[in-house]
Amino acid sequence: MDSKSLAYLSNNFIYSALAVFAIAFLLHAVETAWSVKSGEKRELDRSRTEKLARSATGLIILGNLIVAAALITRGASASRIPVANMYEFSITGAFIFTTAYLIALKKYNLRWLGILVAGLTLLTLGTAITLLYVESAPLVPALKSPWLLIHVATAIISGGIFLLANSLAAAFLVLEKMERNGVRSSWAHRLPSLDALDQLTYRLIALVFPIWTFSIIAGAIWAEAAWGRYWGWDPKETWAFITWVAYAAYLHARVTAGWKGRKAAWLCLIAGSTFLFNYVYVNIWGTGKHTYSGL
Amino acid sequence: MNGKQREKIEKDRTKSLKELGGFSLWRYLWRLLTSMRTALILLMLVGVASIPGSIIPQRSQNPFEVSDFFDRNPAISPWLDRFYFFDVFGSPWFSSIYVLLFISLIGCVIPRLNEYLRAIFEKPSPPPQSLQLMKGFQSFDSDSIGADKVLILSWLKKKGFRTAEFDGSITAEKGYLKESGNLIFHFAMIFILIGIAVSSIFGMRGDSIVNVGERFQNTPTSYDSMIPGRFYSVESLQPFQIKVDSFLAEYDPLTNQALNYELEVRVREELDSSEEEKVVRVNEPLTFGATRVFLQATGYSPQVTVRDGAGEVTFKGAVAFLPQDPNLTSAGAIKVPDMEPPIGFVGSFIPTAARDEVRGAFSSYPEVLDPRLLLAVWQGDLGMDDGKPQSIYRLDIENMERIGLKALRLGESYDFKVGSITFDGYLPWVNLQIIHDPGKKIALFGGLFALIGALGMLFIHRRRIWIRFSEENSVQLIDVAGFSSSNEELLLRELREFQEFLTLKKGES
Repeated sequence: MDSKSLAYLSNNFIYSALAVFAIAFLLHAVETAWSVKSGEKRELDRSRTEKLARSATGLIILGNLIVAAALITRGASASRIPVANMYEFSITGAFIFTTAYLIALKKYNLRWLGILVAGLTLLTLGTAITLLYVESAPLVPALKSPWLLIHVATAIISGGIFLLANSLAAAFLVLEKMERNGVRSSWAHRLPSLDALDQLTYRLIALVFPIWTFSIIAGAIWAEAAWGRYWGWDPKETWAFITWVAYAAYLHARVTAGWKGRKAAWLCLIAGSTFLFNYVYVNIWGTGKHTYSGL
Repeated sequence: MNGKQREKIEKDRTKSLKELGGFSLWRYLWRLLTSMRTALILLMLVGVASIPGSIIPQRSQNPFEVSDFFDRNPAISPWLDRFYFFDVFGSPWFSSIYVLLFISLIGCVIPRLNEYLRAIFEKPSPPPQSLQLMKGFQSFDSDSIGADKVLILSWLKKKGFRTAEFDGSITAEKGYLKESGNLIFHFAMIFILIGIAVSSIFGMRGDSIVNVGERFQNTPTSYDSMIPGRFYSVESLQPFQIKVDSFLAEYDPLTNQALNYELEVRVREELDSSEEEKVVRVNEPLTFGATRVFLQATGYSPQVTVRDGAGEVTFKGAVAFLPQDPNLTSAGAIKVPDMEPPIGFVGSFIPTAARDEVRGAFSSYPEVLDPRLLLAVWQGDLGMDDGKPQSIYRLDIENMERIGLKALRLGESYDFKVGSITFDGYLPWVNLQIIHDPGKKIALFGGLFALIGALGMLFIHRRRIWIRFSEENSVQLIDVAGFSSSNEELLLRELREFQEFLTLKKGES
């Protein structure tokens, strides 16, 4: 197959994945609604929705495999790894995010998070193919380096895990508010305890912090080779640094100041929003040397 | 050190502040600066302070955008400038946060290093009085347990615990490397800051445009621009030589995007050393010790011959023009002071000529396929004698008069009455960026150690297991409990393992 038809095939994979994730999202929504038994006691009956939840997870796995196929064909169409522009970064990021969720699902009871995961993946892929899409093309000379894989791949992995940690922190805040005003709504009964959410968020941040640090260092080494300086306060670098500082503050606050729960969750969300800002604002409207979005 | 202990130290600190006499103001300030809270606040401040630098254009990155910003916001720009908002990362306020953070970090880390060195040689401390209140407390009587003190100790040692025996009790502790990681991480941060400082104080960066076929000699006069650090001495320029043999640029015919740049050079490290052939690419610079030479940009130098009215050659050579767009439409100036009166040309070099209603003549492809040299001829005072520095790419037309306008194809000449100009050819040029950066290795090692430290500090967990032997109504009792500030789950798992070991021993015996 030539490069055009491979890129075309990749796009079709993305459209298919969108459909699969949309169905997974719907199944999860139905499952969440149905698990609440009507009547006086408003108890949860998970037995009748177990099958639905399992098939939703199955669809997320399927969707993720299709996204993987899209990544492989997209990469093959330009003979390189598919992380050279914002479109490719977004679909790779969505893949990592969903994969991180599926791995975590094996260890923790996180099926309840599926609705959020399916929704966010749907949103990311949809934004990518409609707003961020650019034609598949070879690399510009500055990007021709083995560091592209190392630097960008670790940045994407970080992004995926940041997103997962922030989903948990957001869930924590919603549930915490609910509990402060009384009891949890019935749909939220099956969600983990606040303490478990808080712990898991912290674990994820502790896991991702060294990866993010590595990504920044790898970027600095690459920048030295390509642009002659390892750090230049380019807008993207500046915001990567701000995200790093914010998560460093989160870890300090957790470990040494003993901040847990609400304050820590807010800090996590603030730090996460600096990552998002970097991704959206600096790529599309910003200036500097990191503007590869092609938009 | 756990959170509570640290909190106590912080409290002791602030408490003792009040007891200090007047002369200890400096000590008060020192303690205030080096407290954990201040360090954290400073860390956050560095983050917040760098935000304007990413939103407002910066002189160090893009001076043209700064002047553009001035034009668009004439009211507020001078005020922003007064507070260094166009040079955020070199501003006094940013530097002072940076320096304070640096001092605070040292003040934070050194006492912790002392404490750590002491703790590492000390035995673990005895268990607390009431084990019942601690995590994972369990009590066993001797009937259910086969293991004695010796077996317990050897089991703990095998699991990597450091143990200390007391009268009727044992403390076992593990995960000392967490604090090592923590200290390595913070010292590495100091090293990164030192590396950055060394780079900017002792470093240098400069640019030189070199035509293909020409030679670059690393002396101050070869540079088009040079920004030395405060303590950089021009005498320390290494005497290397770079002869630019050929330059290859490939472009994608569909998107016009650059695909590959390859620069072939012959290099001499010293004036009398032998020549070596090398290839420079965008990600593969030339290295001379701590100095590296980067391929940064490319463009074209049209070659012209200028003659006066009598047909005598007054100028012959290649003049570098600056690219104006991705297709390398280039603009520049040719100055001929040796004519009477002096002549200047404002020119555009178009590698592949195209034309439309809106833009007039422009380049449709960055490679030279159908070149044009557009010239405006000016006559009068070039303004080169009054000592004012002048751009070589611009003609100061204030005291000049335009006497002609012409588009030339390759090889064509234009006769403008008082003289003529011939478009002989063109040479590609490359912009060599020469950077001397002695601090980058320090920063790199700082970065790598920061990573190692972060892994230790986040993935190793300090935990203690306490064991107390006692006797009640002539029944031997063993109480077990533990503590971990960072990972209770892990502690409880280990306590469970320990309990299994205790009961298993019983089963075996």
